[in-house]
Amino acid sequence: MINSSTILIKQGRQRRFRKWLVINILLAALAVGLCMAMLLLGNTIYPISEVIQVLMGERIPGAYFAVNTIRLPRMIAGLFAGLAFGMGGHIFQTMLRNPLANPDVLGITTGSSAAALFSILILQTSTTVVSLASVIAGLVTVLLIYLLSSGSHFSIGRLILIGIGIQAALGAVISYLLMVGSQQDLPAALRWLSGSLNGAKMETLLPLICTVVIFAPVLIILGKHLDILELGEESALSLGLSTNKIRLILILSAVLMIAFATATTGPIAFVAFLSGPIAKRLVGTGFSNVLPAGLIGINLVLGADLIGQFAFEVRYPVGIITGLVGAPYLLYLLIRMNRKGYL
Amino acid sequence: MNSNVAKRPVGHKRSYYAAIMIIFFLLLCVSIVASLVFGSRSVTLDDLMAGLFLSSSDSYAAAVVSERIPRTVFSLLCGGALGVSGALMQAVTRNPLADPSILGVNTGASLFVVIGIAFFNISTAGQYIWLSIVGAILTAIIVYGIGSMGRTGNTPLKLVLAGAATSAILSSLISAIMLPRSFVMDQFRFWQVGSVGAANWDFIVIFLPFLASGILLAFIMAPSLNALLLGDEIATGQGVRTGLLTLLSAFTGVILCGAVTALAGPIGFIGLLATHLMRLIFGPDLRLIIPMSAISGAAILTIADVLGRLIGSPGEVEAGIITAFIGAPVLILLATKLKVRSL
Repeated sequence: MINSSTILIKQGRQRRFRKWLVINILLAALAVGLCMAMLLLGNTIYPISEVIQVLMGERIPGAYFAVNTIRLPRMIAGLFAGLAFGMGGHIFQTMLRNPLANPDVLGITTGSSAAALFSILILQTSTTVVSLASVIAGLVTVLLIYLLSSGSHFSIGRLILIGIGIQAALGAVISYLLMVGSQQDLPAALRWLSGSLNGAKMETLLPLICTVVIFAPVLIILGKHLDILELGEESALSLGLSTNKIRLILILSAVLMIAFATATTGPIAFVAFLSGPIAKRLVGTGFSNVLPAGLIGINLVLGADLIGQFAFEVRYPVGIITGLVGAPYLLYLLIRMNRKGYL
Repeated sequence: MNSNVAKRPVGHKRSYYAAIMIIFFLLLCVSIVASLVFGSRSVTLDDLMAGLFLSSSDSYAAAVVSERIPRTVFSLLCGGALGVSGALMQAVTRNPLADPSILGVNTGASLFVVIGIAFFNISTAGQYIWLSIVGAILTAIIVYGIGSMGRTGNTPLKLVLAGAATSAILSSLISAIMLPRSFVMDQFRFWQVGSVGAANWDFIVIFLPFLASGILLAFIMAPSLNALLLGDEIATGQGVRTGLLTLLSAFTGVILCGAVTALAGPIGFIGLLATHLMRLIFGPDLRLIIPMSAISGAAILTIADVLGRLIGSPGEVEAGIITAFIGAPVLILLATKLKVRSL
């Protein structure tokens, strides 16, 4: 009897794992397809063979510049930023046990943007300092929200309200900076209002790539503990997890990834918010959704960037497209949560 | 003040109220003088007197003062309207965090004005105001509808979240409309951040009927709104038609803020600041809160405008930035003080 039920559970687990694997492979394949499209499409459409030759290092006139200098950095920026936003957002939502508790709603990306604008418009520093400032500001914003909402009466609702308040204050700072900044710096600054992959350069991508390479594996490995954390503090403790340490590592990695991504591409709206719920819908629970969330993040950013580049007469930055898709979903989620009485 | 007599507080309390009212009147006077005197070119008090009372005076300073008169009058009117609007919204929703900007009503008004400029060649203030009011009403209905779904009715958290989500959608729509149209962009900078800097006598003439009827209605409804605060049953028992009253006061609040947004752009947090300050001092009686919110709202906006001129000198920082910067911390403070149960 016991034996047969164990077998059933095992079978179910295998089935879920197969589903998880298949979905991950499909998402990865889609991401690869979008990456190729990013390289192939543009003002001039180059044949695949030519693009591959360029990537191998051959200097074909015209194609070399378009692919290597413009399209490749753009694609890599979207790839890594999408992964970072997707994974980071998922970690936030899972740890705070509320899909609304994500970097966009809490104002963490707004903190990074404000700092980036400050160093561009007021201090007029190099791109390295800009990245550094926006990363530090992202961390400080998280800390501030945590300090303000902790205390004797912690609740997620309070945390979200405080995040919205901080976002409003930072929004005022951003408006002020845009106003006092000189005209010639404004184009560089505007990307921090809605995220954009325009003008990505290989040199400036390095910090983001390093961060993702270091922290994405951490999140994927620790991701399986995330499901236990999601069960609640007591269950996690009784299953033998040192919750505080894992929490700290997870949240720090997530914040760093999101902050570096924001520093590179600007706040691409709602990718961090959308990826987690979509992953949950596709995969279900049982296996860690960190990787699928990251892959969905990549697909969202690259897909939205392609739509923004080619679907309309004017070229829209990727952040506006994700904003138009993500905001109605946020509203839908709110309506559903309200109906079910979760809020 | 009629409402003061009607309240009939005990002796020392009445004199305490009277003292506070006098203080606020003085504050209002100070803000008016400051608004006339300070700016990129400050004038002396003698010049101020000359500019105000000697029509023959042709000194440069006197001309400066007379240029600042419409701006000052306009900021007083807008501040008063926003104060009353906030007080009405908080009373109707029975929600301490209700404020035109937090609920996204401002953004809705802005979107409609931008659509009008971009697609229908609308360019006069008289046309803006109607568009803006329609936008404000629609947004208010949507936000309130979403925020009060579910068993628990409208709670501060649900209402603020619905407002934030709606705002996010509306502002990404605004960006999508603006980006390809540089002519809207030029005009719009003004609708992104509220400012009273563009004021002239025409604005005031257009605005005055809305303000006068709105404030008059608010004063008339104040006693019945007091009854409504005690609960629907008690209010009905006292002969108040609750449905009609709720509808009428919500519309009054929304129209007041829509009219301000049409002419000054989205200026946030005045309602929140003014009403909370007044409730802290005078308690929950709306017969006191509504008129005093008008006075303190006028003083706050005018002072914010003066501060913006002083900080931004020789240019100016828009009043909307200053009010958001003062108001957002107050929102955070309120969020930390709210009881978990009432979130």
